Amino acid sequence: MKIVMAIIKPFKLEEVRDALTAIGVHGLTVTEVKGYGRQKGHTEIYRGAEYAVSFLPKIKIEVAVASDQVDKTIDAITSAAKTGQIGDGKIFVINLDHAVRIRTGEADAAAL
Amino acid sequence: MTFKRPYSAGLTALAVGMFAATAAYAEPTVNKGDNAWMLTSTVLVLLMTIPGLALFYGGLVRSKNMLSVLMQVFYTVCIVTLIWAVYGYSLAFTGGSDFIGGFSKAFLKIAPEGKTILDAQAATFSADVNITELIYICFQMTFAAITPALIVGAFAERMKFAAVALFVPLWVTLIYLPIAHMVWYWAGPDAISAALKTFEAATDKAAAQAVFDAAKTAFGDDQGWIFKKGAIDFAGGTVVHINAGIAGLVGALLIGKRVGYGKELMAPHSLTMTMIGASLLWVGWFGFNAGSNLEASGGAALAMTNSFVATAAAAMAWMFAEWIIKGHPSVLGALSGAVAGLVAVTPAAGYAGPMGAIVLGLVVGVVCLFFCTVVKNALGYDDSLDVFGVHCVGGIIGALGTGILVNPALGGTGVMDYTIGKIAEYDFAAQMVSQLWGVGTTLVWSGIGSAILYKVVDVIVGLRVNVETEREGLDVTEHTERAYNM
Repeated sequence: MKIVMAIIKPFKLEEVRDALTAIGVHGLTVTEVKGYGRQKGHTEIYRGAEYAVSFLPKIKIEVAVASDQVDKTIDAITSAAKTGQIGDGKIFVINLDHAVRIRTGEADAAAL
Repeated sequence: MTFKRPYSAGLTALAVGMFAATAAYAEPTVNKGDNAWMLTSTVLVLLMTIPGLALFYGGLVRSKNMLSVLMQVFYTVCIVTLIWAVYGYSLAFTGGSDFIGGFSKAFLKIAPEGKTILDAQAATFSADVNITELIYICFQMTFAAITPALIVGAFAERMKFAAVALFVPLWVTLIYLPIAHMVWYWAGPDAISAALKTFEAATDKAAAQAVFDAAKTAFGDDQGWIFKKGAIDFAGGTVVHINAGIAGLVGALLIGKRVGYGKELMAPHSLTMTMIGASLLWVGWFGFNAGSNLEASGGAALAMTNSFVATAAAAMAWMFAEWIIKGHPSVLGALSGAVAGLVAVTPAAGYAGPMGAIVLGLVVGVVCLFFCTVVKNALGYDDSLDVFGVHCVGGIIGALGTGILVNPALGGTGVMDYTIGKIAEYDFAAQMVSQLWGVGTTLVWSGIGSAILYKVVDVIVGLRVNVETEREGLDVTEHTERAYNM
């Protein structure tokens, strides 16, 4: 099992969700985050006070999948979240040791 | 300005007695239309402060200090209202010296001999046309309330509430009341107009001249110091805006910059609130400016028109100038321009013509932009919400602009001379000197006086919160509340 974590542009969230649903991935966790990578921040000006805003709003999604689903998941996210501009985000894959469904107590693959 | 019944009645009795004149002194009347308009104007001015100014300022601070700003403004309204009823009105609007009134109307002891306080009347700018004095008291009360509330923007996000709580009553008492008295106090037009009529009706001019001269002297003596200088200020450019603006600058300088100023992000937490507040200010300002006419007449309509066009012109001037210089038209720029326009048109509202008001708005929009950006950044003072750059600078431009735009040749109304019963000949140099007296006196009185008061408050309770408190935000530390629990 793996956790696929992706940082994407906020307006791409719905497309990513649709793409994941289409390949049979049901359920994901979304967090509003801020950060920066190659896409630098921007400048905000309030009555002559200029502020460099380095951290841009992004969406972090986390989805737990079986190991053989990882490539499909990555493809789905990549194709849905891509605009071709800097700032499209990144995908990280992390090992997942154990999973439990709280309601039934089912574990691991059955819990996903 | 207030109506002093015994004085005019005595003068009339004297005139009638000496000449048995037929031009008998008419009993002043209260017009219900005027009263209705002034009641409306009074609540409009309250609307400017709460919630208008409170939201305008509140939106501009960081969310951790939102409640502190709302509280400081709300506190100011309440405490000044009480001061006004107890002694403020009396000290500002009764005769006494050139610089301050007396205590004859303290505790609102205004009932005329043998009558109730409902019967007390205050003068307007027309002879023998009065309004109910209680309305005039409440109307002026709202002016006294908004002025110190303007100052809190300068030291927002770092002043102790206890310091604000002490500073506001002191400032209103020792700075606002004298300036209001100096600029606005006069005995009203009734007595002098009656004396003029009696004089014109008299057959024996030589004998009548002496009596009329005495009336003129009495009229001229019973005025505030700046009023005597001939400075005109329709709705409070000096009394309210220059006065608060310079007090704000002095406060910002004495208290010092906010922690992290110039290094950390101090972006406004809600320009949406600021837009609502600025718009409420504009709406309420019609009470402020058109209400200052004291009668529901053409003069009020002129003040209303000017308050529309000057405001729009200043908002556009600021927005387009910023667009040209910085490359983007900003919401905060347009809103700031609108407020600057309202400030500048305040002293001019009933004196300038509408086209003059537009020019005034265009000028003030650009100049205040310059002060709030270039000058403030160059000098490095932290006037959190630009009380100086908008109110003091805008007020000075308004005060001087009024001296120019009142000229009938430029579409202005001219200045009424009650001793001749008509509009006085316009004299540019004389009027500008008068206006400079008003501006200069206010800057010096409020600038030096406020500095002393800040020092006094600092000694008694301390002006500034400590660094940890400032980092944490004033809402949780000073008021144990949060503006937003989401």
